[in-house]
Parts: sequence; structure tokens; C-alpha cells
Amino acid sequence: MLLDAFDILLTTGFWVAAIRIASPLIFATMGELICERAGVLNLGIEGIMTVGAFTGWFTVYAGGDLWTGVMVAALCGAMFGLLHGFLTVPLGLSQHVTGIGITLLATSLTYFTYRVALSESTSPPKIEPFQPYPVPGLSEIPFLGETLFMQTPLTYLAFITVGLVAWVLYRTPLGLAVRAAGENPVAVEAQGISVTAIRVGAVMVGSALMAIGGAFLTMSAFNSFFFEMINGRGWICIALVVFGSWRPGKALLGAILFAAFDAYQVRLQQVTGGVIPYQIFLMLPYILSIVALIVVARRASYPKALMVPYQKGER
Amino acid sequence: MRLEPKPAPSMAVTLLYPAMAILATFVIAAILVMIAGAAPLQVFGLVIKGAVGSQFALVETLTRATPLIFTGLAIAVAFRAKLWNIGAEAQLYAGAVMTIILGTGAIAAPAGILIPIIIVGAMTAGALLLLGPAILKTRFGVDEVVTTLLLNFIFLLFVSLLLEGPLKDPMGLGWPQSERVVAEARLPRIIQGKRLHYGFILAIFSAIAVWLIMAKSVLGYEMRAVGHNPEAARFAGIPVNRVLVKTALLSGGLAALAGVSEVAGLKGNLTLDISPGYGYTGIVVAMLALLNPLGVVISAIFVAGIFVGADAMSRSAGVPSYISDVMVATALLSMVTAIMLTRFRIRWR
Repeated sequence: MLLDAFDILLTTGFWVAAIRIASPLIFATMGELICERAGVLNLGIEGIMTVGAFTGWFTVYAGGDLWTGVMVAALCGAMFGLLHGFLTVPLGLSQHVTGIGITLLATSLTYFTYRVALSESTSPPKIEPFQPYPVPGLSEIPFLGETLFMQTPLTYLAFITVGLVAWVLYRTPLGLAVRAAGENPVAVEAQGISVTAIRVGAVMVGSALMAIGGAFLTMSAFNSFFFEMINGRGWICIALVVFGSWRPGKALLGAILFAAFDAYQVRLQQVTGGVIPYQIFLMLPYILSIVALIVVARRASYPKALMVPYQKGER
Repeated sequence: MRLEPKPAPSMAVTLLYPAMAILATFVIAAILVMIAGAAPLQVFGLVIKGAVGSQFALVETLTRATPLIFTGLAIAVAFRAKLWNIGAEAQLYAGAVMTIILGTGAIAAPAGILIPIIIVGAMTAGALLLLGPAILKTRFGVDEVVTTLLLNFIFLLFVSLLLEGPLKDPMGLGWPQSERVVAEARLPRIIQGKRLHYGFILAIFSAIAVWLIMAKSVLGYEMRAVGHNPEAARFAGIPVNRVLVKTALLSGGLAALAGVSEVAGLKGNLTLDISPGYGYTGIVVAMLALLNPLGVVISAIFVAGIFVGADAMSRSAGVPSYISDVMVATALLSMVTAIMLTRFRIRWR
């Protein structure tokens, strides 16, 4: 049995699943990272992912094509980001309370809309989701090709997003302004740049990415929308941002590690064959997130102005 | 735009903005009702009728308000000290589990002894569940928002495990449910034949007790000081971490009472769906009450009325009952905005 448990790690199927499970987490983690780097905690993440999952899927169900669905999801996510940004940045409301409020609002609005739009159907209708797209050439590489380059286009987009976020944050003046807004907003204002604009903009872009993460679930991983399908993934992403020390590369690594662990527990469940209650396995990802937080907490370097509202002209 | 502090607002202003927040909530709900193809005034009429329109409706609203008073108090206490306890849902279930462990025959005692034992046991369980995140916060600086949120998922899975294992009802036909508590462990009904039970009375007394603690005791003063400005509190010699831990114990214990009340008062046994998110709704209840323990009673009845009324309306008017969740979330966001507007003036420049 021990050998079986180890053998899992050597199968390509396992790693293909791990990358697939990681994809929505990568989008949402990058989204949260952008928000927090600009100084705004976004606890709306869980609800915004729900919105993305529904709107993306529903657009396709209503006749739109898949990429239109992704765009609609991102746009709807950005709208909730605008609301969170407006309430927390210029109005300076508690980021904790507002974020929880956004999650409650986004989730309940989604469920309400679902019931209004699909009052007749008892089981949620299915759509034709994104199909795996083998990258020419690269997918021929043994093992790596199969795990990394025979995924769906949204997974490739997730990895591209990480590179893009890292590049913008560390290599462009805009990224410098975003990071400074989260570290030293007075310095940003001194450059004649509006902290409010940078922060609200960052929350909108971040929320759009969270929504795409949600949309991945209904448009790539599965082909339908279920209630409570986000199931705490948003909260896990918040832990992943801390675990990744607010750096895109490290957060990506964290997401993949986490997803590998998640994929592993499902397979381990089958290997152990019901000796251990299945709930224990399902708990592990959440427990792992808490453990990860404890491990990094001591050396975590929060963006210094995270959760600190900024008022123009205040020192 | 920028915010400027206002001089101490008049009573009228203090009430005007929250009233506008409630109005805004109903306007947004009206728009959604129209989208759903119904007439808003008729729907609101049905909601009010379903919430308070008959003795049955009123009793149902107070019954639904009972767990919300407990979770609302739990949140009000914690948020006052800026301890972000988002885990009241798990603490509620901890109280419910303890009620089953102690109340299904393990202890043979008359009701006058058994019920207090259950209450103390459940409060301890809820308090211990929040103690972990509180210590992680004070000792290691781990954000309690994420830990308490994740604990909700962990604990619900744990309850599921218990209900399919050690706490499973052997006569339950395979359903994940516990045995029923013994008659001595049941909180009696207030009116014979109606669902409202003594959990509601316990909730009222808890609210008064919490109000006394917050307004009159040293601990209450320290909690407010820590919530207002932890650095200043520390400078003034208040043991901030110890106050936070005490706050956590009180908050977790209060949330657990919601579990006692639902199991021993209403349902009689434990299933995985005894709480449709009372722990999260408690946040809204507490914020609508401006974190005032006595206000929690009123806001819990208001929120429960929306839920009960919307359920009744949904059956007759065909508007999805999720409208009540939307209204509650909207009320939360508009209320925090309203509170801000009573304290600050917006200058556009």
C-alpha cells in the first residue's frame, strides 16, 4: 500500500490533474496578489469567483462563444471589484467587513439570477467546455509535454498571467506605482499619481482575474454551474498569497504544490480504500493552508500599507 | 474627493443615514423583483405579511431570530475588539455537537441540572474552537480572518465525519443524523404547540449580559480600547493579547449557544443543515446593530423577518427566496457606508 501511495506521484495522470486543479487557483491568487500589493485586502474573492463561474458559463449557455464567456466573467468580476474598491479606497470603509459583504452580495446575487434565469430546469444545463489543446511541438516532450502542454487554453492563459503580472509589477512604471501604493502611498502622491486611481484600478483588475478563476471551473474543469462550487477556494487563495510572500512566482509555486497535494489526497483516498474516513482527506487542503500560514507567518513581510486607508494630504 | 471628520453629529443625522441605508436596500430589492417579473409593492406586502402578518408568522420570525441573536452577539463582541471572527458558523456547530454528546443519555440528570451542563459544555467547545485562531494571531501574527474561515470548512467536514461515525443515529436509516436528545435536555416551548422555545429567552438574557459586560465591566472597557487603537491600549498598560484571547473565548462561547438553541430547542437532533449560514449572517446582524448588544436583538428580528417573509413570499409570488440574502448583504454594505457618512463629510475637489 505504501508503494502504491508513492507510485501515484510517478503517473502523468496525477500531474495533469494537479496542473488542472492549480489553474483556477493561479488566476484567483494573482488577482488577490494584485489587490494586496496595492494595499487592499479583497475578501470578496469567494463571491467574485462565484460570479465568474456563473456568468462565464451562462454566457456560453445563452449562445456566446467560450472566449466571450471569459470576457463577460472578467467584466462582471471587475464591476464587483469597482464596488469593493469604491467602498474601501475613497470611502475608507473596513476592508474586512466590506469584503465579507461583497462575498455575501456577489454569491446571493448569483444564486438569485440563476433561479430567475433557469427557474424551469431541475438539473443545471451543460455546455461544451474548453477542450485540451496540445501545443504543437512542446506537447511531444515526454512527461512534461503531457502534463504541461496538453491542457486547455485557459490553463495556458493562467501561466501567461503569472508572467504578465510579474513583468508589470517589477518591470514597468505602472507596477512600481502599484507596489508603492501598497508600501508608501505618500510617495506615490508625491509623484503626482493618484493613489485612489491606482488602488481602485488594481482591485478591479484583480477581481477580473478572480472571476476568470471561477469561470475556469464551469468552462474548463467542469461543464456546468453548481451552487457552492467554489467551496472555499477563494479563502485558500488568500492563504496562498501570504504563503507566496506577495510574489507572483512564489505564489504560483504555492498554488501548484497545493493543487498537487489536493490531487494526491483524492488518489490516496482510493488507494487506502475506505480505511480512513473520506472527510479526513477532504479536510487536508484546508488544514494545509493553515499550516502554511503558520510556517511563513514569522517571516511574512506584508505590504506596509495593506489595509491602511489613504487620505490625500494626510501624513 | 476627500473625507473630513464632522463635528459630533446630531441625533437626527445619526438616525437619518441608517434609515436611508435601509431604504436603499429596499430600492435595490425592488429592482431585482421587477427583473424577476413581479410587482415590488405586492412582493414587499407579501414579505411583511409572511414575517409579521399573523401569530404563526411572528412566532416563526422570533424562532428564526434566536440563533441570529447568538451569532450576532458573538460577532459584535469580537468586532468591537477588532478580532475578526468569521468562524461563528463552526463555533455554532461545535455547540451543537456538544449538545448531542452531553444530551443523548450520557448524563442522567433532571433538566434543571442537565441543561446548564450542556450550556457550559457547549460554550467551552465554541470558545476552544476560536482559541486556536486567537493564539495564532497573538503569538504568530497569523491573520484570524483566513484561519477562522478555513476552520468553518474543516469543522463542517468533522461534523459530517461524526454523523457518519460515532454520533450516527443507529435508527436513522443511513441518513447522516444524530440521535435525538433526551427529554430532560430539551429547552421547553414558550407557547404550547408553537415552535418558539426558551432558547429565545436565553438569547435575550445573553444580550443583556453581554451589554453589561461591554458597557460596565473592565473587560468591556479594555475590549473597546483594544478595538479602538491597539497601540494606545498597549501604551496605557492594557494587556492587549490577553484581552484578545478573552474576547475570543466569549465570542466563541456565544456562537456555540446558537448550536445549543437550535439542537436542544428547535430540532432535537443534529444534521448537517441545522445552520443555513447563521454564522455569516451574524456578521450582518452585528453590523446593522452598530455592534450594540441590545441592538443585536432588534436587528436579528429584522433580518429573521426578511428571511421568513421572503420564504413565504417566494412560495406565493414565485420570486426566488435568495432575494432575502441579497437584501441582507445590501443592507450590510449600505449600513457601513451610512455609518461612515454620519462621521465624515465628503469634499469633492
